[in-house]
Amino acid sequence: MHPTAPDAARTTARARLRARALWHATQQWMLAASVGLRRSWRRSLQIRVVTITLLASSLPVGGFAYLVIDQSSRILLGNAEQETRARLEHSAGYAARQLGVHQSPGEAPLQATFESTIDYLGGGGRRQDSGDVVVLMASEYPHITTAASIQDEARKQVESLISDELKDKVAEGKVPWQIRTGDLGAGAGRTKYLVYGSPVPTKFGQVELYHLRPLTSQDTAANQIRAMVLATGVALVILLGLLAALVTRMVVTPVRVAARTAQRLSAGLLDQRMVVDGEDDLARLAASFNQMATNLQRQIVRLEELSRLQRRFTSDVSHELRTPLTTVRMAADLIFASRDEFDPAVARSAELLQAELDRFESLLTDLLEISRFDAGFAVLDAEPTDLVPVVQRVMDRLDRLAGRLGVPLRLELPDGPVIAEVDPRRVERVVRNLVGNAVEHGESRPVEVRVGVDRTAVAITVRDYGVGFTPDEAKLVFNRFWRADPSRARQTGGTGLGLSISLEDARLHGGWLEAWGAPGQGAQFRLTLPVRAGDRIISSPLPLVPADAEAPTGGVPAPVAGKGPLPATGVSERVEVTK
Amino acid sequence: MRARVLVVDDDPALAEMLGIVLRSEGFQPSFVADGERALAAFRDSRPDIVLLDLMLPGMSGIDVARAIRAESGVPIVMLTAKSDTVDVVLGLESGADDYVVKPFKPKELVARIRARLRRSEDAAPEMLSIGPPTNQITIDVPAHTVTRDGQEIKLTPLEFDLLVALARKPRQVFTREVLLEQVWGYRHAADTRLVNVHVQRLRAKIEADPERPEVILTVRGVGYKAGTG
Repeated sequence: MHPTAPDAARTTARARLRARALWHATQQWMLAASVGLRRSWRRSLQIRVVTITLLASSLPVGGFAYLVIDQSSRILLGNAEQETRARLEHSAGYAARQLGVHQSPGEAPLQATFESTIDYLGGGGRRQDSGDVVVLMASEYPHITTAASIQDEARKQVESLISDELKDKVAEGKVPWQIRTGDLGAGAGRTKYLVYGSPVPTKFGQVELYHLRPLTSQDTAANQIRAMVLATGVALVILLGLLAALVTRMVVTPVRVAARTAQRLSAGLLDQRMVVDGEDDLARLAASFNQMATNLQRQIVRLEELSRLQRRFTSDVSHELRTPLTTVRMAADLIFASRDEFDPAVARSAELLQAELDRFESLLTDLLEISRFDAGFAVLDAEPTDLVPVVQRVMDRLDRLAGRLGVPLRLELPDGPVIAEVDPRRVERVVRNLVGNAVEHGESRPVEVRVGVDRTAVAITVRDYGVGFTPDEAKLVFNRFWRADPSRARQTGGTGLGLSISLEDARLHGGWLEAWGAPGQGAQFRLTLPVRAGDRIISSPLPLVPADAEAPTGGVPAPVAGKGPLPATGVSERVEVTK
Repeated sequence: MRARVLVVDDDPALAEMLGIVLRSEGFQPSFVADGERALAAFRDSRPDIVLLDLMLPGMSGIDVARAIRAESGVPIVMLTAKSDTVDVVLGLESGADDYVVKPFKPKELVARIRARLRRSEDAAPEMLSIGPPTNQITIDVPAHTVTRDGQEIKLTPLEFDLLVALARKPRQVFTREVLLEQVWGYRHAADTRLVNVHVQRLRAKIEADPERPEVILTVRGVGYKAGTG
């Protein structure tokens, strides 16, 4: 059944589709293959060395092979040419003698003499064993038929092998030669012939004698030589490649083993070692590697031990200091509660005792917290938390202090809850620190707290309009025990560790804590935390430089202390100086 | 009647000072200095509340808390020098109801003790139920009993209070802060670990499968609510 026209069209379309799919697949495959090749090239020293060796060795080997082949065929041809020339000279002499009896070209027996001469020279009408063909022709006398030592049917072919160029040269009295290819029958197929021509002087003028010598044996010899030389060359190149592969393997294998061992070491398997075999360079590599691993292991174990001791010490100090402090604290409270019954000096002492105990306590708490960060034992207790009540709680608690200092507190919140996976205790501590600082340095001007959120991050900024700080100071605010103005009276009795701890808290969350400040314009701190714990944040929902900040004079960028996990440049990129 | 307080602490100065403060606040303290004798002292004195230092010679505070919890629902307040999550959570999981971190103010400690001793005196008959029909929990508030299929479930007073708070308003989502205020009596504290640990402990007792809670549901990012099915 023949397909109808639409059927045929469908079939063609399908075939085209299939062809396209195939082409597509091939392209994909080639792409994948090229990517794979490129990757192997980049990643394997062995493949590179072997490839380069193959390329580099095949050039001289190829050149050498070409030279040998060229030279040998030249020599073969030279021999054949000399031999043919000698024979031709001999034949020309014989022909001259034979034809010498004729006085004019018109003589009837001339043709017979031609034939007989060729008969003689051609070995009695047959081809000579060598397959040589002898041709005697008289180009100037068209009535004389060319004689050749070959069957008549091939005579035309023979004549076509003798080019006009050769004939001209012979006519000029030279003895030229040429290499031509033709088929003279006798089942030899197309063969290369060395065609040698020589003038034969006669009494009536000049005729030409040609020797056609098949170069079959020379060709065969040349082919054999070529095949042999090429085979040898290829074998040599392959051998060199194998050698290179072997040598690189000897070197690369221990290197790979070293790399693998190093990987295991860095993964924490500290007792991994390489096998040391012999006394050569590679053995020395293995030995040095092992020594390095041993030293590393010893160091790590010692550091772990130190760290464990540090942790233990921190914990012990914590307990040992806190227990007596609790007793003192309770005793001081009791004395403080009944201070009215004492005389004024003792009563005041009780007050001082009480106040300084507070300070001592917060200092101790902060020191222990910092030492916990230093020892790397701070743990993030992240849970989905709404930041709004956290911030509000801090504001409520600092309200009294702010009221006392005449600092209005303002809070700007986005609509709805601001939920992020954070450690609420730490975030609250950071906000308390920032707002507390702002209130303390607020110079009775408002302190503005903003909360912002986007898809990946939450941010809290705390802005004050106090004295602010210079760019140099902006770099120092997170330093431990740093104070903007040591002579200034402290209001809240901070420990000087608040911002350092806040910075560590922000880092523990994978967040940023940054400071902006300008003298006379106040300061703004920005806390940015990822919405999902462990995510990397790349931008903050709130700007670090407040919108009401004056543009810095003289094109100096706004002072920014980048204190996130990113380098400072990554932070300053995002700073837009408005106005 | 004066409430009896058992103080388990190895520091004599602190113990004495605690005694002074507690007596001045109208409590009747008794003391024991090491963990091994703590359980015997507990059985002898039948205290209304236990103040327990976590770091003790002999038996650790954690083990003492576990041992006491094994035989009584008496409120336990831990005294701890460490506020690290591991320590606090370990203490709470071993049975403590609340904790104060050294150095604490006497007022703070007394407030914590009072909050734990405060019992709802309203004897009005009130029966509550919580949980889906397949796991219905019945609470007899004045009798302080919780039953499932007529089987009584032993809860500590704190766990009972927590369950009652959730069951009284079955449609309301309680934030951890609200629960801290209602159940623990905190005004401003933000230590939500207290709530988390006790909800886990409560679930372990009342849920058919604590891994897939049905009675007390977590509202992600907000808090907890009663499961009514």
